[in-house]
Amino acid sequence: MVTTQRKQRIDDLAESGAAPDMGVSLAVSAWRRLRRSPVFLVGATIIGVFVLVAALAPFVAPHDPGAYMLEDQVSRASNTIPPPQDGHPLGGDQYGRDLLSRILLGSQQTLLVAVLATVIGLGGGLILGITAGAFGGWVDAFVMRIVDVMLSVPSLLLAVSIGALFVQQSQFTVIVAVAIVQIPIFGRLLRGTMLAQRASDHVLAARALGVKPTAIVFRHMLPNALGPVIVQATLVLALAIIDAAALSFLGLGAADDSTPEWGQMLGSAQQVIDSHPQLAFYPAICIILVALGFTLVGESLRDALDPKNRR
Amino acid sequence: MLRYTVRRLAQMVLVVFALSILLFAWLRSLPGGPVSALLGDRATPESRAALEAQLGLDRPILVQYWSFVSRAVTGDFGTSTGVQRGTPALEVFLQRFPATLELSIMALLLAVAFAIPVGYLAARRRGGWLDNVSIVWSLVGVAVPVFFLAFLLKYVFAVELGWLPASGRQDTGIDATRVTGFFMLDGVLTREWDAAWNAFVHLLLPAVALSTIPFAVIFRITRAAVLDVMDEDYVRTARAKGLTGMVIRRRHVLHNAMLPVVTTIGLQTGALLAGAILTERVFNISGIGQAVALGFERKDFPVLQVVIVSAAMVYVLVNLVVDLSYALIDPRLRTR
Repeated sequence: MVTTQRKQRIDDLAESGAAPDMGVSLAVSAWRRLRRSPVFLVGATIIGVFVLVAALAPFVAPHDPGAYMLEDQVSRASNTIPPPQDGHPLGGDQYGRDLLSRILLGSQQTLLVAVLATVIGLGGGLILGITAGAFGGWVDAFVMRIVDVMLSVPSLLLAVSIGALFVQQSQFTVIVAVAIVQIPIFGRLLRGTMLAQRASDHVLAARALGVKPTAIVFRHMLPNALGPVIVQATLVLALAIIDAAALSFLGLGAADDSTPEWGQMLGSAQQVIDSHPQLAFYPAICIILVALGFTLVGESLRDALDPKNRR
Repeated sequence: MLRYTVRRLAQMVLVVFALSILLFAWLRSLPGGPVSALLGDRATPESRAALEAQLGLDRPILVQYWSFVSRAVTGDFGTSTGVQRGTPALEVFLQRFPATLELSIMALLLAVAFAIPVGYLAARRRGGWLDNVSIVWSLVGVAVPVFFLAFLLKYVFAVELGWLPASGRQDTGIDATRVTGFFMLDGVLTREWDAAWNAFVHLLLPAVALSTIPFAVIFRITRAAVLDVMDEDYVRTARAKGLTGMVIRRRHVLHNAMLPVVTTIGLQTGALLAGAILTERVFNISGIGQAVALGFERKDFPVLQVVIVSAAMVYVLVNLVVDLSYALIDPRLRTR
């Protein structure tokens, strides 16, 4: 470990003298690498398509996702689940609601849950991480013990137990549960990068110049500590989608399912999977694609922001 | 090494202590408190007061905390109120734990058995077909929800093809003797080979589903670690000394690359437990995962508490073992 670090430092030093793009910031060089990365392009395209779908869903969805199709409106064949037919390209679900419309509008809920959960988790993690990383000492030790305890419970179990506390089931329950699980992860990550910043030369220099502590924390330490956090946030979006789906699948989501959500659709499809697997497949494929999109973007971001890859 | 172990043990005690406070706070923060959870919202004030006195809720908070902890230490977490009404919560847990453990161990073994060799081979032939296929799979594998994969496997192999059983731990017709609660092991111990085979067949699909995420993670770590180590100076030195490829690979590359892999395997046990909740539900296995789902549905807090405490303890213990084995593999860590 020690040898690699030293080797790395020497390499970096050597590079910084000879590299043609000496004055280019990490962000700029990261963006240059991202633009050329096929992994990033595929991931970004997937996310772009789904964001577009979510934005346009209310306009393009052929039917009201909560409305039941009546006997005289559709053909139902031998079973109660309407097969694909005119006006209903994917058929209906087990309650006779238009499947395509539900999938299209489900993108809104799923993306909303993921983004809100990540933002809340990130916010909480920022507070914990900044407190621990900026003060150090016993504050750091105290905050980190809390984080350790939270991390010592498997995440889905923690999420389920948080969800169990709510009397009224709603999408909000899922958001809070998924968010709280992310807080210790963000907190720990940020604390590590902040501590590394504390010992760095530019922070020492700022302190020697008499810069105020708050300014040091927010202007000198935080911006430089954010790289790994951004990567984690992108990866967490993918996890949040999967975790939220898992919680909905366990029955933690909104009790009222007239507003569709993919995880919930997947959960309710399990009763009829033997006869109508398509009810599970369509929402599952959507979940996998979106999660994959965020994972790909996160992975390529990680590579791009890694100073080791700087050329 | 001894000091390191003692310090880690002290840390563990601290974590468990903090967890007990959190759980106690959690118990008290229930909407309406534990009394409402037991009596429902429409109980009369008199019956509420009587139950409060009976449960000791009228006593000072520190006394209550002490009695919660001292009872929890003896394994008394209260009585199940929903999953198996009337049974002590700990018993509910103990009855179901073997099923979950069996499934998790099987899944972890599957993941490790495939991920380490594949990761090693992928790193040695970097950019080859195996490398590319496994990288794509490990990316996709993380994005696939465990329960959907479980669905898919169940649909294809149990419903459509009918090769493997779709649910449960053993066929109901089999009257097997119970020794340990691990159905497969029981069959082997009592030499009821049919029962052991039947239990194994039942385990296959859920274990494969559960192993995808650990496989993806362990594969990636192994690959990265082997690539890292192959670049190290000591490998170059070994090569310069004229050691054969076999010796270099076994003694230098594999040994040193195993450090992060061991850690990852430990960390994955937590993920396995979470995944087991979902897999058990799809395959209708009555393990603790199902107890959690049911306990949540029916607001059975005693059962939920036992499961969370035990899961956390298992998790903390596994991490301790991982860190200790880490110190055994890497002598530099012992002196710190």
